[in-house]
Amino acid sequence: MSMVLEGRAWRLGNGITTDHIISGKYKYARMGRLEEMLPYLLEEVIPGFHRMAREGDVIVAGSGFGYGSSREHAARLLRMAGVRVVVAESIHRIFYRNAVNNGILPIISKAIPAATKTGDRIRVDASRGLIVNLDTGARDRFSPPPGLLMEVIEAGGMVEYIRRRGLPW
Amino acid sequence: MPSTLTEIILEKRLGRPPERGEIAIVEVDHVYLHDGTLPLALRVLEEAGIPSRPRDPDRVTVFIDHAAPAPSLAAARVHKRMREWSRMNEVRLYDAGYGISHQVMVEEAIARPGMIIVGADSHTVTLGAIGALATGVGSTDAALAMVTGKTWLRVPEVLGVRLEGGLPRGVTGKDLALHLAGLIGRDGAIYMSMEFTGPGLASLGIDDRMTVSNMSVEMGAKAAIFPSDKVTRTYYSVLGVDVEELAPQAGAEYDDELSIGLDRLEPMVSEPPEPSRARPARELEGVEVDQVFLGSCTNGRASDYRIAARILKGRRVKARCIAVPASRRVYNLLLKEGVIQALSEAGCTIAHGTCGPCIGAHLGLLADGEVAVSTSNRNFPGRMGSPTARIYLASPYTAAAAAATGRITDPRDLM
Repeated sequence: MSMVLEGRAWRLGNGITTDHIISGKYKYARMGRLEEMLPYLLEEVIPGFHRMAREGDVIVAGSGFGYGSSREHAARLLRMAGVRVVVAESIHRIFYRNAVNNGILPIISKAIPAATKTGDRIRVDASRGLIVNLDTGARDRFSPPPGLLMEVIEAGGMVEYIRRRGLPW
Repeated sequence: MPSTLTEIILEKRLGRPPERGEIAIVEVDHVYLHDGTLPLALRVLEEAGIPSRPRDPDRVTVFIDHAAPAPSLAAARVHKRMREWSRMNEVRLYDAGYGISHQVMVEEAIARPGMIIVGADSHTVTLGAIGALATGVGSTDAALAMVTGKTWLRVPEVLGVRLEGGLPRGVTGKDLALHLAGLIGRDGAIYMSMEFTGPGLASLGIDDRMTVSNMSVEMGAKAAIFPSDKVTRTYYSVLGVDVEELAPQAGAEYDDELSIGLDRLEPMVSEPPEPSRARPARELEGVEVDQVFLGSCTNGRASDYRIAARILKGRRVKARCIAVPASRRVYNLLLKEGVIQALSEAGCTIAHGTCGPCIGAHLGLLADGEVAVSTSNRNFPGRMGSPTARIYLASPYTAAAAAATGRITDPRDLM
C-alpha cells in the first residue's frame, strides 16, 4: 500500500446530506441516467460544482457528511466529477461504504476541516494514515479503511476491483 | 460475557463471538432493492462483467415503490426493465401500488426475528422493530449481496436504550423517535446498533416500534433492534407465522446506555432542516401550514390513520392533506374500518402506497416558501420539492391536528 494523493480542497459545512449532493427530485426525474444528473451535483451548496471540479479534488466537510438516503448516485457522481478523497469530522455509514465502492477514500478527521479553506492543497498518505494541509501546515493522523476496503479504493472502486481480481468473497 | 441482541444474531451467523470493530463477512438472509436503487445495482454488475442472477433468488425481493405508478416516462422505462429482469431471474417483485418495501417486508413476513437483512435503502433499519439485524447499503453492496449471498459488516458498538413507563395519551412512537433524535443528535448513534430494553417495551406495538427503528438512521445508527417478545409473536401469529423469541442475555453490556421515561414524553415536532431539531409541539404552535402529509415508511400504517381519523372525523381540513397508506394491505384494512371514508370526508386526498411525497418524486410537491407538516422521516431543504419550502416532522396526531386547524397545534387540545 503506497497510495499518496494530492488535490485541491472544497470546504463544505456540517450536515451535507445525500439530498444536498444529488437531490431526489432530479434522481427520480432522471431515473438510472447518471450522466444527466451530473449538472445537479451539489447544486444548492456549490453552484456549478461539476464544471469547476477537477480530477483528484478533495471534499473537506464538517460533521455528518453523507447523511441520509442510501443513494449511491451521490458517491458515484462525486467520483465522476473528479473527487478522490472525502475528509470530514464524521461520515455517515452508508455513504462511507458507497465511497469505498466508488474509489473515494473516506477520512475522519477533526483537525483538517478546522484548518482548511476552499482551494488549499491537501496531501494524503494512505499507507501511513497521514493527512496534511500543504498551505496551512495542519496535519492529522487517521485510520485508513482496513484490508479489503483499502484494496477496493486503491483499485478505483468495486467495479475495477472485480474486473482485476474477481468477486471479493 | 452476557450478549446483546446484536451479538447474539452475529454469533449465530459467524459460529463464534464477534469482536467489536472487526470487519466480518457474513451470509445475509435477505436482500432487497427498489426502483431507486436496483437500476444502479444492475449497471454495476454489468460494468464488472458479472451476471446479475442472484445466488438464491428466494432471498432477493424487489419493489417498485419510490416513483410508483410511474410519474414519468423515464420511471416507466425503469419499471419495465425491472419487471423483465425479475421474471428472467425468478425474483419476487412487488409492483407499483403493492406498498413501500419496509412495510411489505414485515407484513408479508419475509423479514423475521434473528435474520440478517440488507436493503438498498437507508430505512432498511425499520426491520429492527421485529428483531432483525437489518441495515441499509448502497447499490453496489446490495448487488454483491445478491450475487454472492454475503456482505461485509463492521461489528458495531451497542447503544442500549432503556424504556420506562408507558406512552401517555396523544403521544406515539414517533414522538419517542423525534425526542431521541433531539437528545442524541444526527451523529448520536453513528456506526452503532441501538437496542431497546425495559418495561416500556410493552406499551409499544409493532407499528410504533417500526417508527422508532425507522428513524434510527437519522441518528446515524446501523441498526435499531427490538427484542422479539410477546408483542412480536402475536403480530406474526395473526399473519399465520410462528417466530422465535429473541432477547438480550441478562446483564448484557452496552457500550453506551440511556434511559427514557415514556410517561414524560409529549407531542414533538422537528423543525427544518434536520430531524434532530426536535421541540415540543406546544413551542411551535401557530406556525401556518399549507400541506400535511400522512404516510411514508415511518408512519403509513393502520394505527397511524386510525389516529388521524380520530382527530379529523367530523372536521374539515384547513390545510391540504395527502394520505398515502404504506401498503395495499393497510389501505384495504382502513377501507373496511371506515377510516378511509372518514379521512376523505374530512377533505384528505388519499392515494396508494408509494414513497412519492416524502422524497419529492410525485404526489404533492411543495412550492417555494410553502410549509408542510409531515409524518415522514426527513425535513432536509428541497426534500419534498422547493429548497425554500419548510418541512416540520410530527406524529399522525400532530399532523392531523395541523390539517384540522391549518397551524401547528398540540393535538391534545383537539382530543
